[in-house]
Parts: sequence; structure tokens; C-alpha cells
Amino acid sequence: MFTVTFEEINNRAKSEWAALQKGSYILVGTATCGRAAGAMDVVDAFNKELTRQGLEVSVIQVGCIELCYADPLVTICKPDSLRVVYNNVTPEVVPRLVEGYIVGDDPCLELALGTLEGDGEEGVYIPELPKFEHELRLILGRCGYIDPENINHYVANGGYSGLEKTLKMSPEKIIGELKKSGLRGRGGAGFPTHRKWELCGKAKSTPKYVICNADEGDPGAFMDRVVLESDPHQVIEGMIIASYVVGAEQGYIYVRAEYPLAIERVQIALKQAEELGFLGDNILGSGFGFHIEIAAGAGAFVSGEETALMAAVEGRMSTPRPRPPYPAELGLWNKPTLLNNVKTFAYVPLIVKRGGNWFASNGTVGSKGTAVFTMAGKVANSGLAEVPMGTTLRELIYEIGGGIAKDKQFKAVQIGGPSGGCLPEALLDIPIDYDSLREAGSMMGSGGMIVMDEDNCMVDAARFFLDFSTKESCGKCTMCRLGTLQMLNIMEDITAGRGKIEDIDLLISLAEDVKIGSLCGLGKTAPNPVITTLRYFRDEYEAHVLEKRCPARVCPELTAYYILPDKCDRACEHCVLTCPTEAIKGGKGEVKIIDQEKCSKCGTCLEVCPPEYNAVVKLSPVSSLPSSNLSGKRARK
Amino acid sequence: MITEKQASQAVAKILSSHKKEKKNLIPLLQEVQTKLGYLPKKTMQEIAGFLEMPAVDVWGVATFYNQFRFVPLGKYHTTVCMGTACHLAGGRLILEALERELDIKVGETDENGNFSLERVACIGCCMLAPVIVIKDKIHPNMTPFKVEEALVSYKQETQREKS
Repeated sequence: MFTVTFEEINNRAKSEWAALQKGSYILVGTATCGRAAGAMDVVDAFNKELTRQGLEVSVIQVGCIELCYADPLVTICKPDSLRVVYNNVTPEVVPRLVEGYIVGDDPCLELALGTLEGDGEEGVYIPELPKFEHELRLILGRCGYIDPENINHYVANGGYSGLEKTLKMSPEKIIGELKKSGLRGRGGAGFPTHRKWELCGKAKSTPKYVICNADEGDPGAFMDRVVLESDPHQVIEGMIIASYVVGAEQGYIYVRAEYPLAIERVQIALKQAEELGFLGDNILGSGFGFHIEIAAGAGAFVSGEETALMAAVEGRMSTPRPRPPYPAELGLWNKPTLLNNVKTFAYVPLIVKRGGNWFASNGTVGSKGTAVFTMAGKVANSGLAEVPMGTTLRELIYEIGGGIAKDKQFKAVQIGGPSGGCLPEALLDIPIDYDSLREAGSMMGSGGMIVMDEDNCMVDAARFFLDFSTKESCGKCTMCRLGTLQMLNIMEDITAGRGKIEDIDLLISLAEDVKIGSLCGLGKTAPNPVITTLRYFRDEYEAHVLEKRCPARVCPELTAYYILPDKCDRACEHCVLTCPTEAIKGGKGEVKIIDQEKCSKCGTCLEVCPPEYNAVVKLSPVSSLPSSNLSGKRARK
Repeated sequence: MITEKQASQAVAKILSSHKKEKKNLIPLLQEVQTKLGYLPKKTMQEIAGFLEMPAVDVWGVATFYNQFRFVPLGKYHTTVCMGTACHLAGGRLILEALERELDIKVGETDENGNFSLERVACIGCCMLAPVIVIKDKIHPNMTPFKVEEALVSYKQETQREKS
């Protein structure tokens, strides 16, 4: 059978890439976040304008270049000119960009976020933004610059050369490199990757399986989605290398159903990898074969746990089982199975290419390489960041994330989603690595980071995470099923002003029981948000319980909206007309008053009250309302 | 709306494209739901027959996962993101506003089959929080007031279709 060599594939890809660089082309970030911000309208506008002008310039849909706050992002690349990145692009400015920089030589810098080359004279030089100075982009490096639906872009930028090298190495040698690299599983628990691979490789039974866990269930985390949508081939290449090392023939990528675009792009990537011979019965003519299928999740947080995930792939209810035996020995259909996270696989080709020692030269003693975080919540520049392990939380939030939005006061950062903990200001200088975060009561988790400011209530936040874990508990273990529910009931009492002071101790003791009495990570970590908020923000719990006061004025039962009589314009009726429950009374020329009985606490009045009056305020406790307002009677002035 | 006959043809086609392996249960349920919008009881029994497994096991799997529903969706299916970032930015208020404006509760479809409402854990657009999705279109940075505004055009469309 005729097989194409890697060199031929590589040459073809390189010449396609070089041909692209000879002309102008436009990159539009159309990952899910870009699309939500309107990127597809921008793509259409470019195509329309280019056709109208009769220009042959390709518009390439790429992934995410991490600056989610500036979406939709467009990069115009031109031979012998600066590559310019434009932020928050709307269809309206597209003709101007085409006229200015595609047809003419005006880079339209007034519309630009910055340039990717140059000395800063042309405005912001993007690689020197504080964010990128701190970053080390190993697996996000190509994201946003290559077409995720064109395998040649990946190959031309170093892709699949790790696989080519692998096929000339022994499995033991690759495990040796992984061991030197110190790579630990990026799914959250941080198990040394080389040990998993070694165990699975040594297992006698066949067939063996390789599974990629892309069931990114933590609300607030989206880096696996970005990797799969922006540069899926690196994950596939990592899986193929893994299959070669452990001797597997079949692989599955388990992607959650909530990520339809990721599924679509992975599907395209798998097809293209097969066509070029990176997947199939005889990979690159080596005689070794491997196939990958997508298994689409159906929405269950517990599926992130490895044994539960395998149950889902088998088509069963996704419930975990006790370990040992570990999946490396007894996994999918009771066969040896290697299961790693998306990012873990993505690092593998790099480690093979550049060596374990190179990888280990970044990071801390116990945690090597980089960590990928998504930052969301009240941070100024939300988005992604890939930083060396050991970077502090403060650097991440203030220098990369640009600090807290709207000049508010930082209150806490939640790392690791419902399994993690809320850390206060005092702990912002701890380095990000598996061990330091665990010591502080949080965890690395999959890397979702939510920043909270003074307007967020920590009791409400803990209640939210607990509510999530309670709903997502699969029900197998009593302590997880009922213990979390009991904790949730107490948390609901506290946020509703029905809490008793002895509830706090009961919460702590229940939290310990749930941790001990649960089989898998979901139950073992579900109490973490409550434990850490109690440890670091106990005063907020006490205010809710003892004073019936919510310091951040979030909990609806403890908060009331009030219109300041001396600030209300009287002639204005914005609040009266927009109140969905018709709770605001007062005709023209009268001070408006909120009927507390009818008020649904939706906050629309606060939103619509013109800033020059700013008459609507939130009060807590409810008893601090002036008595005239409590009765709901109309006060005339 | 597709007729019952079209529905059973569609199901037959989906079944014939899969092997009789238990691992295909979830993909089968997903494909049926994509086609019909929900999982009718009769179809789940057919799937059980096809895979030669007890119907109760199909029911167990279908009810275990969040994705599956057992009532038809509205024409304008609306999902509210209740992820962390959305919650912190006032997601609860958005959900309440939708329930109020559509006069249905989460998990319900209105009597005309126009709107249905569902909550999801996170759609991964945290920088645009709070977000809702109406008929596959993402609406970013919502407030209760904007919910009202966003629904106006869809409501007008349902009115137009009626007349």
C-alpha cells in the first residue's frame, strides 16, 4: 500500500502556509465566546465587503487568543506589514477596515487593540501587555492564529512532529521523558502522568483504551473548550502518542454536549487526521493503528470523575465506583484504560519534541510546566491565561486580569469551581501550584477561577456552589446525596434570615461527614466552598444569622430597595413604568415609593433610575427601612 | 410540528443507522431528541426493544442526564445560564424575570408551544455574564429589564404567525 511520508505531508503543509503569508488575510475569532459577542456577523460583513470590492482575501475563522473581554477580535495580516489586532469589532466598522488596511496602507490604529509586531510606536505592542509578559504559552500558543479546521495550519506550525518522533522511540523512552518532565494530570487531582501511563502500559489484558476527558463541568471554567475549539489537533496528537505507549487501539474523546462547536471542530480534526494517515490502521506507515471516536456527554457533572465517565461511555448511568482497581488496570468494559484531561494530552507532543527536562525547567518543585486558568467574574479583563506554575494569584488577578472591574474592592477568589475554595485577599500571594492551593483549602481543579468583589455575598456564593453539588450528586452515596442536601437547607435558612448561631457548628460537622462518607471527588470536595468561606469570611455568616443583615446586600430576604426621597426627581417616572410587578407608586410630581409587599427585588428600578438622580438604594437589614416605607402607604410631600 | 408518522419514520431511520450495542444508548437518545425535540415514552420503549434491554434501564439513563427532556420544547426554547459567573452577576434575577415574562416555570413549555424555559449549569461564556440563549442565539450581559426587551421581538413573531 502506498503511504505518504511525514516529510511529504509536512512539506505540503509548509508550502500552503507560506503561500498564505504571501498575501493579506483576515483572522476572526469565532470560538463560542467570540460568536456570543457577534463574531459571525463580523465574518459575514467581511465576506460581503470583500466580494463587493472584488478582493480575493481569505477570512479565516480561528479560535480564541485569550482576550475574551475584547471579543469579537479581528487580526489583519499583511505581507511586510504589521499584524494589527482590532477589538470589539462590529459589522459597521468592517468596510472601514477593508478600505483602510486591506486596500490601503492605513492600519486604522484608532480601532485597534494593538499590533503583534513593532516597537510600540504604532500604539500598543500586544506581546508587551502586562498579561503576555507574565504568560508562557505552551498549549495556547497557536490558539487564535491557526485555522482549527485546517490540519495543514497545525502541521506547518510544528504539529504532528511529536508523533513522528514518537514512532522512532520506544514506549519506555517516552515514559522516561514524561517522568523527567514532572507532568501531573491537569484534570485537578494532579496524579503524575507517567505513572498512569506506565501502569496502563504494563497491564496484560487487551484491548486497551485511551480516553480524553473533555467533560469540563465546573461552571465558570472553559479552557478545555477553548483548546478544543482553537487547536484540537494537539490533543489528538497527544492521544495518539499515548495509544502508542500503552498499546491501545481505540480512543474516545468525551466532550460535554453543552459544547457543540467543540464537538464539531474535533470531528473535523479527526477526519482530517485520518485522511493524512495520522489516525487509522497503519499510522504513517508504521504498522501501528489507532482510532478515535467522539462520545458526547449528556450533561452530568459527576461524569468528570473517571470511573463515572467510563460508565457514561459504556452507555450507562454515570455513577462512580470504588478505586482500586484503577482504570489503568480495569477500566472501560473492564479493560485497561488510560484516562487524561484535555490539557494533559495537549502537553504531550511538546514534551516528546523538546524533552522532559525542558518542560521541567518551568514551574515549581512539585508542579512543573504551566497552568491554564480561565478568569471570570468581577475581574476587569476576563479571559484565559497560561502561566508558569508558581505565579501568584495576585499577579494573575491584578497584572494579567487587570484588577477588579469598575474600581470595586476585591473580596475573594474561587478556584476549582464547586470543588474548590474561596480564598481571601490575605492569601493572594501564595503561588499557584497543586500543593499550595490544597494547603489553603482550595484546589487547582480544572483551572476555573472566579473573582468576587465587595458586591458579592460569600454566604450566597457558598450556597450557590452547594446547590450545584446537591443537584449534581449522582445519589449513590448517602452522605453525598442527603448530607449535602441537609447542608443546603441550613445555608438556605441562613441566607433567608432564619439561621441560628448553632447552625454554623452543625455545618462544619456535617461538612466533615460528607467528606468522609463519599466515594468520589464530587462528594469529597462538595463541602469545600462552605468550609473555606466559614474559615475566611465567618463574619458574614454571623451578620446573616445574628443581625439578619447581608453585608453585600445580595440575599433577597435580607435586602430591600428604597427610593431616597430627597434624590427622587418626582417628574421622572422611569421606575414606575418599568417595574414588572407594579410595586412603585407615585404619580407625576410625587416622590416614588416602593411597596415592599409587591416588590420582587429584581433591581430594575435601580437599573433604570437615571444616573443624575441615582435615587434607588439597597438596604440591609430590611428593618433599616424608614417606617413610612414599610407600611407601603403613599407619602406626599 | 412533524406528524406522528414522520416521527416514527425518523426514529426508524435513526435506529437503523446504529449497531445493536449498549454503548449506543446515549447517542440514540441524543439523536432522537435532536430530531423530535424530546423523548416520547413510546420511542424510549422502541429503543429498549432495539437494544434488547429492559425499558426501565433506558428510562433510568434518560432521567439521569440533564440533557434529556420528556415534554416537547417551545418554538423559542430559552435557556438561562446558571453558572458561577452568571450567578454572581445576578443570574437568579434573570431567571425570575423570564419566569415572570413568559409566565412559565423552569422546565415548562407554555400552552401554545411557543416558549419553553430551561436552566443550564454553564455555557462557558462567562465573560458575557449573565447570559441567556433564545433559540440558539446568545444574549449577553442581561438584566431583568433587558430580558423584557429581548423577548419583545420573539413575542411579536409568535403573534404574527398566529394571524
